[in-house]
Amino acid sequence: MLIRPYGDTRDDGVIQFSFTLPMPYSVKAADVGKQFLEKLGFHTVGIAECRAMDPEYTFFVAYARTDVGIDPDEVKGDYLEVEEMDFAAINALIKERLGRKLGVVGAAIESDAHTVGIDAIMNMKGFAGNYGLERYPEMDALNMGSQIPCAQLLRTALERDADAILVSQIVTQKNIHVQHLTQLIELLEAEGVRERFVLVVGGPRINNAFAKELGYDAGFGPRTTPLEVASFLAQEVVRRHEEA
Amino acid sequence: MSDALQLNGDLVDRARAAADAIADDIQRHIDEHTTDTTERASLRLLGITGVNEIDVPLVNVVVEHARSLLPSGILRPFVDLMDRTGRGAQEVAEGVAAGELTLAPVPPERCEGVEARAEALAREGVARIDAVRARRNELVATVGEPPKPYVYVIVATGNIYEDAAQAKAAARAGADVIAVIRTTAQSLLDYVPYGETTEGFGGTYATQENFRLMRAALDEVGEELGHYVRLCNYASGLCMPEIATMGALERLDMMLNDSMYGIIFRNINMQRTFVDQYLSRLINARAGIVINTGEDNYLTTADAFEAGHTVVSSDFINEAFALRANLEPWQIGLGHAFEIDPAKPDQVVYQIADAQLIRQLFPGYPLKYMPPTKYMPGDIFQGHIIDGMFNFTGILTGQEIMLLGMLTEALHTPLLQDRYVSIRNAKYVFEACRHLADEISYKPSGLIERRADEQLRRAVEQLEHVRSIGLFKALQNGEFADVKRDPDGGRGFEGVIKVAPDYFNPFFAALREGRMSGPPRGTERSETTAGDSAVAGGGD
Repeated sequence: MLIRPYGDTRDDGVIQFSFTLPMPYSVKAADVGKQFLEKLGFHTVGIAECRAMDPEYTFFVAYARTDVGIDPDEVKGDYLEVEEMDFAAINALIKERLGRKLGVVGAAIESDAHTVGIDAIMNMKGFAGNYGLERYPEMDALNMGSQIPCAQLLRTALERDADAILVSQIVTQKNIHVQHLTQLIELLEAEGVRERFVLVVGGPRINNAFAKELGYDAGFGPRTTPLEVASFLAQEVVRRHEEA
Repeated sequence: MSDALQLNGDLVDRARAAADAIADDIQRHIDEHTTDTTERASLRLLGITGVNEIDVPLVNVVVEHARSLLPSGILRPFVDLMDRTGRGAQEVAEGVAAGELTLAPVPPERCEGVEARAEALAREGVARIDAVRARRNELVATVGEPPKPYVYVIVATGNIYEDAAQAKAAARAGADVIAVIRTTAQSLLDYVPYGETTEGFGGTYATQENFRLMRAALDEVGEELGHYVRLCNYASGLCMPEIATMGALERLDMMLNDSMYGIIFRNINMQRTFVDQYLSRLINARAGIVINTGEDNYLTTADAFEAGHTVVSSDFINEAFALRANLEPWQIGLGHAFEIDPAKPDQVVYQIADAQLIRQLFPGYPLKYMPPTKYMPGDIFQGHIIDGMFNFTGILTGQEIMLLGMLTEALHTPLLQDRYVSIRNAKYVFEACRHLADEISYKPSGLIERRADEQLRRAVEQLEHVRSIGLFKALQNGEFADVKRDPDGGRGFEGVIKVAPDYFNPFFAALREGRMSGPPRGTERSETTAGDSAVAGGGD
């Protein structure tokens, strides 16, 4: 069944916009904004605000309607399906079916100086009321922090005989994160150790499909909790262990 | 409003006494050491600039070339070489880089003359900084001064020309301070890149040329708006004093310049950072630059409700170091932020308590208040409200440098319109609440006063504890921001050098001698476009 944005009447297709056009404000500017939205295929365009931001730019807030609909059942994608477990169950799973501690090494790699993502998932206190991986008695988790070169991350993972590597990438200007993430994959492959690790990436611009495309086993986007990551790691490492 | 909260004056005195003792202890370490970048900055202060054929800065080439001489300082042998060759500083540096000239220890019979010459050159170097400061004073006096709090926004396109265009747009929308974000990796470079940046990642390099280009753009827009627009960058990382030198010469007005930030957040060796921060701050002091400290970042790694007192303690420590580097209170923009989870009941009440506490502890300091980042949602509408409450807290508690929150903080570097709507948000709140603080006093022993008192008490406990074990040990234990650092670990340790008894560097004295005092003064100009219309509150 097709659905459309719901403004105040079902199926009205109303969407809010805000954008800037690089033109000086004038009475005409409102029409330019309106016609721009019409060119995009919207109709019943209402310019709610059209204001000079400065002598060169005009800021718009607008509403418009669309007739386009979408059928959610037709949307296919690569979504990570993890059965979310609780803290005790995750530890129990590792203890009973892996029979040793699950080793994890994590870092924000290369030039990325932001620890906020990796800390939220790994540090003791965790995030959003969830403990971080360091708190799991059945995990041997090391958070290396930020600006860790790929080679150093790999060396540490090998030294500790880790099962999993977690990478955080927060800075994404000019797609620098893609470069860094690709660099790590290439290094793992060049060293012939890609298959040794469950390789996971997280960050505000990461999703599972994108992570898979780059050669990672899983990708986690914004608002991921430590429990989701821990559940995935425990299940995936146990699965591989039992298949081997 | 300065005494809106009843604070225990005895606790405040104890906090300052402990911070003084902590800083004195570290100052002894500072006085016994120099660093690669301290020596390179001294050469830059002589006027040396430029790079060799493989883009290595000449000051790096010279310092590397004379590594064995560094315990006695680079300047004596360098000035001796100037004397012996009859060439200027730049040509001598070029000669050393080309391999034609060699630095050598100065024989005792020549020392006196060389030192006198070096002292004169140091005074000339400092005079160049003074001239730039005088120029700022003159511009502020003629162009005019915006009202406080200063609205501080960031540009971060990675292209200095695009940054300049965005900075002008932001200034026209009401920004008073433009901070040019540095590319993230620069803090770990042990040299200062040269020339303009047109393709950086998440920012541009702090280079002298980028400073110059941005300064020109802001002077131009300041003239147009009728108030001086301030420029901010980062004298942080592995080259603190060198960047401070460049900023002093290119008339930056503010510098991120913390005594411990690099240690905690960039894993730069602590011995190195303490030495580096000292000369960088002496230079900033001389240049009339307002420093910003980085405590606002502590609570991105530690919990704001539980660890808020560490920000208070660190502000006391940063103050003590800053005063030792000759900065005047109006130049010490202590940073703070207490970003408590918005889901916590009474979050804003605690936020006000923390901000008001800092205001009262550091009267006369241009406090820099840092907006929410950690809990900013992807829901920009909710984010805009959180920023609004932050702006409200800022104006209510008399913060002077308001780094503005962006509704899209969690998403991307600000779009033109993000900056614009954020500035409108701030200007509306500032104008709408301009005299609110004068009307408020806090309930004795109420929630706010109790929270402030507890923060202060815990800060005093922490400071007295740090005094007893020493700051090196405290950093090692992870007592700030939950980050642990090793005194002999981290980046740049190899560039820390114990000084010999005959260490010579006349800049330390010259920077302190007979300087100007006080902030630039100009007529306060009323707001232009965005502020006025925002107060009117309606659309066009």
